[in-house]
Amino acid sequence: MSAAQPPTSDAALRDFLAEAEEILEGVGSQLTDLADMAEGGSWDPDLLNAIFRGAHSLKGVAGMFGFTAVAEVAHNTENLLDWLRMGKVSLAQPVIDLLFRSSKLLVVLLRATADGTLEQHQDEIAAHAAAITACLSPSDSVSPGSLDRLGLPAAILGALTEYEEHRLQENLRQGRQLFVIHTTFDLSTFDQELGNLTDLLKAHGELISTLPSIGENSQTNIDFELLLGSQRSEQELATLLKGRVVSVAGFPPQPAIMASMAAAVPVEEQQVTTAPAGVFPPTVADAEPLPADKALPPVSPPSAAAAEEKASAKSLSRTVRVDIGKLDLLMNIVGELVLAQSSISAIADRMRAEGFSRMAVDLSKAAKGLERRLGDLQSGVMDIRMIPVGQLYEKMSRIVRNITREQGKKVDLKLFGAETELDKLIVEDIADPLMHIIRNAIDHGIEPPERRQALGKDERGTVRLSSYQKGNHVVIEVEDDGGGIDVAKVRQKALAKGLLLDPAALTDREALELIFMPGFSTADQITDVSGRGVGMDVVRNNIAAVSGMVDIETWPGKGSRFTIILPITLAIIKALIVSCAGRCYALPITSVVESLLLSPADIRTVENKEVITLRDVTLPLLRLDRFLTVERVDTPIEQYVVVIGAAEKRLGLVVDDLLGQQDIVIKPLGDVFRAIRGISGAADLGDQRTILVLDAGGIIAEMTRTGG
Amino acid sequence: MRSLMVATIETLQPVRIVQAANGFEALRILPREAIDLILTDINMPDINGLELLSFVRNNPLYQKLPVIIISTEGSRKDIDRGLSLGANEYLVKPFIPSKLLELIQRLL
Repeated sequence: MSAAQPPTSDAALRDFLAEAEEILEGVGSQLTDLADMAEGGSWDPDLLNAIFRGAHSLKGVAGMFGFTAVAEVAHNTENLLDWLRMGKVSLAQPVIDLLFRSSKLLVVLLRATADGTLEQHQDEIAAHAAAITACLSPSDSVSPGSLDRLGLPAAILGALTEYEEHRLQENLRQGRQLFVIHTTFDLSTFDQELGNLTDLLKAHGELISTLPSIGENSQTNIDFELLLGSQRSEQELATLLKGRVVSVAGFPPQPAIMASMAAAVPVEEQQVTTAPAGVFPPTVADAEPLPADKALPPVSPPSAAAAEEKASAKSLSRTVRVDIGKLDLLMNIVGELVLAQSSISAIADRMRAEGFSRMAVDLSKAAKGLERRLGDLQSGVMDIRMIPVGQLYEKMSRIVRNITREQGKKVDLKLFGAETELDKLIVEDIADPLMHIIRNAIDHGIEPPERRQALGKDERGTVRLSSYQKGNHVVIEVEDDGGGIDVAKVRQKALAKGLLLDPAALTDREALELIFMPGFSTADQITDVSGRGVGMDVVRNNIAAVSGMVDIETWPGKGSRFTIILPITLAIIKALIVSCAGRCYALPITSVVESLLLSPADIRTVENKEVITLRDVTLPLLRLDRFLTVERVDTPIEQYVVVIGAAEKRLGLVVDDLLGQQDIVIKPLGDVFRAIRGISGAADLGDQRTILVLDAGGIIAEMTRTGG
Repeated sequence: MRSLMVATIETLQPVRIVQAANGFEALRILPREAIDLILTDINMPDINGLELLSFVRNNPLYQKLPVIIISTEGSRKDIDRGLSLGANEYLVKPFIPSKLLELIQRLL
């Protein structure tokens, strides 16, 4: 181990990385919020404080674990943030860039800490430190005496911290009036009541300080003097607070003091308590109906009040962070238990068949009881694995803001259904493909503002990201209001790349599917954003890897919609067990639409392919034995069709027999068989038999690709 | 940090430590417990350490209570202000535990 790498155990390193990552994620999204606000000319000081505390916590954690490089960068960043909040440095673009650079560097260093390649980054750390030092040049501050002339009570002025004093000056600079609000509360309930009052005040200005004092009844009461900066008039505040406070006194800004506040920039009144506009609309009107009482989940950056609470030393959340591997293991054990239970049931059935009826009845009763408890255990463990997709949203909104900033496009990301729950593993695996789709939507879909205006569209583009549950599936939709996908161009490209021989052979919908072919890219200009050599084929494969499907719809000039359909969990699934040519296979029940007896008389052929007509719709057939190229001696007279579906596509799978439903745990086949389309893994049936699990999405995709 | 301090102070028998998670909690604790000495940070979520100190010094019941401010080097100006408001001592983080013990012993 090198000198830069402290001797830390793997477990400690994991703990550190998990915690540091969480902090940085928060800082990252707050930073984008801050940058957005700064663009608008004014920002929320509480947000800056939250970022400052994030850097401070990261420094603490890194220091505690002995990761000095991370601690050093966090420390320098914290210094810069401290100067910002004190107004010693102004929040100009170069400083914002430097903050972004800091957060990126910290992410890089965390990765390097994990890989043990920290020393490769020494130069970057030094350059970063130098850049920060360059920013922190002493500037002239307002002479401290100038506040005395305001006539504010000395007790309040005397107990202001340097930061609060700066906020006070900042409020004056913004042309706000100062108010001292005197309140009195019962000692037993003051924190609740004061909390309510400050919430109200924060909606009308900035609460600069809260000074407790002894009231007239110091045995039962406690008084507070609140210093507020606000645009409201004394009259307005008095009306607002009538009956809630003892007195409101205004301290009008004095011309002499105003003059001494150099570099005065009048700023529109800022609503210090509002969340960034437009990012998290409170309505979910267009998404799948959701329980009205469920507020949008914790995707929004912490509000000022929440951030303040977090500063308390006592951790407020009662959660345990668990490695997903442990949950997987637990789930596997539960899976094995379910299988063991079903073999006990099978034994009971056999016993009954062989005449041990009384014992058989007892045994099957016991097995039933076990089954119920196992069911509870299974859903309990499953529940632990489920997380709201809102966690993904947070990442996505950050990415969107970064890309739009880089590209000079104006895009609103609208999020719906953030509380939809999905298996943690799927959420992890879906993050990259989803990010890629969103990037594409902004990069290729949304037009530049000028072009949008010329087209008569709103210059701000919209990307809607919505999630909802549909049966055993979760649907995630990404919809943009950009230019749509030019199918003619897709055909042309595919032709040029040799992916397609006859452009007329495909319908528009089929042609659209070409973008999922390996080596396809319609971008005329490879940008930094989507042209990373990762094509839509990788997106589709990654989604298929978690048994998901992706579908596109596009409307020329109006936009496109990507629909991702995912199973809620991968851990234990119900499967239909079928047999074909002497072998058994499992089909996830989630992809089975229906099954029916196949009468050979119904089979017709269209272009040499077998089809049947099911309720007036032509259903293409696929004989499973032929698909898997399994030899068979004779074909039974009676066969079944299992209609499988993925997204909008349907296929009739012809099998010999339907053997019943069973819970199965899908085990991966390993890298050697990874490339086989149509098979997602293997499963143990509980009676020493191992069977292959068919992947409906894969089979359908393979059929589409080879044209049957 | 907090637990380290508690562990350090607990070596001084007999002392009892009453912890407040924030300034409001400190205000609640003061009338209920017989407090002999206050240790406070400056930057706290609800009221700051200076405000707490000002409250203590202006209240006849607690006026004489020794107060030690613990804060970071960056809050040097605030520490100065705390001293002028009547704090008895200050400690700059990070500090040596024995230094804290010495101060407490001297003030109690």
